[in-house]
Amino acid sequence: MSASVPSRREVRAAAHRSRERRGALIAAISTLIVIGGGVLWMTTRQGWPTVEETFFSAEAFRTSFPDILRGFWIDVKLFLVVEVLVLVCSLLVAVLRSTRAPALFPFRLIGAVYADLFRGVPTILIVYLVGFGIPALDLPLMPNDPIILAAIALTLSYTAYVSEVFRAGIDSVHPGQRGAALAVGLSRAQAMRFVVLPQAVRNVVPPLLNDFISLQKDVALVSVLGIVEAFRVAQIDAASTFNYTPLLAAASLYVIVTVPLSLFLDRMQRRHRRSRRLEEARA
Amino acid sequence: MSTPVVDVRGVTKEFDGKPVLRGVDVTVNEHEAVVLIGASGSGKSTLLRCVDLLVEIDDGDILIDGEVVTDPASDPQRVRRSLAMVFQNFNLFPHMSVIDQITLAPVKAHGISKAEAIEEGRALLARFGLGDREKDYPDQLSGGQQQRVALIRAIATRPRALLLDEITSALDPELVGEVLEVVRELKVGGMTMLIATHEMAFARDVADEVCFLHQGQVLERGAARDVIDNPQQAETQRFLSRMHAARVI
Repeated sequence: MSASVPSRREVRAAAHRSRERRGALIAAISTLIVIGGGVLWMTTRQGWPTVEETFFSAEAFRTSFPDILRGFWIDVKLFLVVEVLVLVCSLLVAVLRSTRAPALFPFRLIGAVYADLFRGVPTILIVYLVGFGIPALDLPLMPNDPIILAAIALTLSYTAYVSEVFRAGIDSVHPGQRGAALAVGLSRAQAMRFVVLPQAVRNVVPPLLNDFISLQKDVALVSVLGIVEAFRVAQIDAASTFNYTPLLAAASLYVIVTVPLSLFLDRMQRRHRRSRRLEEARA
Repeated sequence: MSTPVVDVRGVTKEFDGKPVLRGVDVTVNEHEAVVLIGASGSGKSTLLRCVDLLVEIDDGDILIDGEVVTDPASDPQRVRRSLAMVFQNFNLFPHMSVIDQITLAPVKAHGISKAEAIEEGRALLARFGLGDREKDYPDQLSGGQQQRVALIRAIATRPRALLLDEITSALDPELVGEVLEVVRELKVGGMTMLIATHEMAFARDVADEVCFLHQGQVLERGAARDVIDNPQQAETQRFLSRMHAARVI
């Protein structure tokens, strides 16, 4: 085909490109007006200087941030350890609850009562109960370190949620998979270990990460035990200066660790949706 | 006569008070293929699942190599290790590559070394035209290829008998042939088989005996040329004429 006469295919492609360009331009202008306008409106209000001084003071940020960051390190260590503990414990609870052996009935019962009870109690209350209750017993072998107690409390609370996530994952695996595993001669335990669980875990990665996002900020609750982590440091600072910038500084740290996880989660779910659509298109 | 490999004697099974099997007798001798035909819901699949102890029977006995296996005290895993089953919906493990899923049971349940299992698995894949697919996952394969992998997964455990539960019913018509070709070859190789199918031409080819199931009972049995081509019972004639009408013969 000669260059002077564009083919129908080229005409369509050009139209498609120009439509996309126009769309992007409109989106950019709209964003500028809505967000830029909002910021402009806010910063030109009469009370803005006071707001800026109270919440966005560069000076207060500089003086408080190093301490807050040091405190945040405790948060990071705590949620990393608790995430591992929660993964292990909740998988155990979920598998236990999906067994059928009569001998394991008491464990199934305990598992069910535990999951329902601990999901029903506010996490802050569990932190209080474990953090102050256990030392009050004055038992010889019990830990007294508030950080260890805080880790136990958070693990207790989150294992209850995450075990339900895993249980849903186990239920989501088609029964034919277990049948096929048994049919080739695997034992029930092997069918669970090699066939059901790997698929179950894969199916629940998004809700699992969701719970971890929630955990990564709930670590701030341990401040009630007097642990000087990021929120607590910021709170002390704010209380002594009547400036709330340190709290926003702390907030930004929690955001910095949770937002990447949320973005990763979004991307994963998009990919999951796409692969499902592909599968359906092929079927 | 030597002991049959699979011997089903007077088996009954109800689901929620609804009888599905009402006293079924089926005998599969070594190197023989017995084909179960009958309408959907006639009990073919349930019978196969009972033989593999995936479903508990209510009454009667099932013997494998002369041993009663439906005794509640017997170990179902040991029985299932000696049999192999292939399902209508393939039921391949989606998270495992082809080679991983055909070596899983030989290694984990049959105590074969990993290296030996892989070598045997590759030989089977090559024999059935899937030699270049060992690293693929099920969703990268066509339905026919998936079902061939399921067949290989079943025979990789060196079963005493193979149970095939309508293995071509979920396939597009043009993919049926390649799967049945594998079964024909296994039959030539002397595999003992109990097969539920709607493919009458295939049944004629491989069956040493055809059993027509109707409402949980074997109404008619015999050689394929008798049961399929010259049925005596009114129900069998009705079923086969419906199959004719649907052009599946």
